[in-house]
Amino acid sequence: MRNNLKISTELVGVFLRIGLFTFGGGYAMLPLLQAELVEKRKWLTQEQLMDYFCIGQSTPGIIAVNVATFVGYGRAGITGAVMATLALIAMPVLIILALANVLTLYMENPYVAKAFTGIRIVVTALIAEAVLKLWKTAVKNFADAAVFAAALLLSVFGGVSPAVIVLSFGLLGGILSLRKAKK
Amino acid sequence: MIYAVLFWEFFKIGLLAVGGGLVTVPFLYELAETYHWFAPEELADMIAVSESTPGPLGVNMATYAGFKTAGIGGGLLATFGLIMPSLLIIILLARYLQKHPHNQWLEDILIFIRPAVLALICSAGWLIARAAVTDYVHAAAALLCLLLIHFVKKSPIFYIILGAVGGLFLA
Repeated sequence: MRNNLKISTELVGVFLRIGLFTFGGGYAMLPLLQAELVEKRKWLTQEQLMDYFCIGQSTPGIIAVNVATFVGYGRAGITGAVMATLALIAMPVLIILALANVLTLYMENPYVAKAFTGIRIVVTALIAEAVLKLWKTAVKNFADAAVFAAALLLSVFGGVSPAVIVLSFGLLGGILSLRKAKK
Repeated sequence: MIYAVLFWEFFKIGLLAVGGGLVTVPFLYELAETYHWFAPEELADMIAVSESTPGPLGVNMATYAGFKTAGIGGGLLATFGLIMPSLLIIILLARYLQKHPHNQWLEDILIFIRPAVLALICSAGWLIARAAVTDYVHAAAALLCLLLIHFVKKSPIFYIILGAVGGLFLA
């Protein structure tokens, strides 16, 4: 119990920072998670992080929250799960509530707009790098590459929702797995 | 009591909105129509704000919509409602997986899902790139960033701050 509390404190610190610097949605959290959890603290491998994202994308709820809960649980059980999740959302919630009355001023401020021009460019590059790092764990053979290509086309050009894509390929995997087990 | 209704409505959204943050938008639209807590037109503002503040999009949407409905208390309750299903489901799932590791069936499914999710990450990156890279100068900047990030191993937070400062002075 006491050990969980200590680990949870560390978790809170990490996810407070991640929540503060995640710009652009749940996937933009990936580079930060890679840096903080996989590379710096070695709490997870790239494969494990990838799997958290995969499961997090397939279950109800926002992927960022799901991943935080998963990571937190892995480190310190239920306490960790709750602390990590609350830490992730703490700064975003505080910022929006604090800014809420002056949001129009914030949104129309030219300095904010300029800063975000820069931030968006960096986030684009960060995600590209994150994909490069994950490539080997996700695409191991020609079949994987085909799935990647198909999913990419469906998403970018077909406008198919992420949930449908993930659940379809998951279902395919599940069916093939059952057939393999029968043999 | 409006707080209870807010919590419950956002709990439902947290349960049904599978996927990214923008999936919450149709649900929020329905909320606007049903309860008149905010006008549907305000949704566009909410999306813009949620994309311009840190944090997951869905969380920001919930906080902002909750705030518009019932002030700070509303913002907090809507957000808690939204994350509750995630907490419950993932904790149960994680617990199960910890007790039953090396699940072959799950591994087989994940083998297919991994490249698909990687593609989704690329797709999300592409959307951000489209908004971020509006001319050749931006494209060059993005490429330069990528090279820096790849070869100079500093924390992403360092680069994000660098980007914000760079944007302030160069944009």
